[in-house]
Amino acid sequence: MISLKKSAAARRTPGATRIRGVQPGDLEQVVEIDAGITGLRKAAYWGEILRRYGGARQQRFFLVADRGGRIEGYVVGDVRDWEFGSPPCGWVFGVGVRPDARLSGIATQLLDAICDGFRRLGVSTVRTLLARDNPLVLSFFRSQGMMAAPFIPLEKNLD
Amino acid sequence: MKLQKNTHLALCSVLEFAARPGTQLSAAEIAEKYRMSPHHLAKVLRTLGRAGLVRAARGAGGGYRFAGNTRRVTLMDVIELFEDISAPKSGVRRSGRRTKSEAGATAWEVEDAIGVVLLEIDEIAKATFRSITLETLLKLVARRRG
Repeated sequence: MISLKKSAAARRTPGATRIRGVQPGDLEQVVEIDAGITGLRKAAYWGEILRRYGGARQQRFFLVADRGGRIEGYVVGDVRDWEFGSPPCGWVFGVGVRPDARLSGIATQLLDAICDGFRRLGVSTVRTLLARDNPLVLSFFRSQGMMAAPFIPLEKNLD
Repeated sequence: MKLQKNTHLALCSVLEFAARPGTQLSAAEIAEKYRMSPHHLAKVLRTLGRAGLVRAARGAGGGYRFAGNTRRVTLMDVIELFEDISAPKSGVRRSGRRTKSEAGATAWEVEDAIGVVLLEIDEIAKATFRSITLETLLKLVARRRG
């Protein structure tokens, strides 16, 4: 969980990276980035995410980092109202950056941009949920100031 | 996961060095700040030195300086030097027999269930330590200072 009370740092992009809303023509590259990270090619899933989160949606964000037409990364999230009794807050449920574009601040720019979107909607907190055996992404969110949220994820097998 | 005194001291020391990379700090300075025995700290610093996290400086005054990468070294990297984290530790001594009983749960079964919960807490603690780099913790210190 991270507080959004402070204004976001200006999104200055090293090189010519531009953070913008996703366009249908970006989807193939997003699928490719995600497949490179997860090992799973989920074209149908991303098509559905584009349908639900693409374009100018009030509470939904699907942003990409565009460097000269090459998509270097993406972030997806939304504002969720009163989920599990929590006042409206921003949720980031997908972020990915090409391995060869990492360590250049792209994920930070993407997170800053989506947090700006959340702020504009009057939200003051952003949350995410990660597997605890994913230290790379956990470390990234930690480096952005995120701390443990007052929630505990639970599950059980449905055998 | 309960950290031993040495581990706690190692974390504090590494953060002191990481906060001032390139600056030579004496063991005495750190020992005084954290009210620890310099002798105790010297042993901790030797372990950190062997792991390549600090480097002993020769010459007048001696001391140590940071030799790691604050964006890469995690709290767990330091903790692992001082704690045995390989074996799951439930913290519960299991007694009695494992044999199932019609007369209710055996001592072993009760202690086993408690062990599962403690193990869950342990795993969350480890994941937290693995996800926090020295740089992230230094940022947290700065934020909390206001």
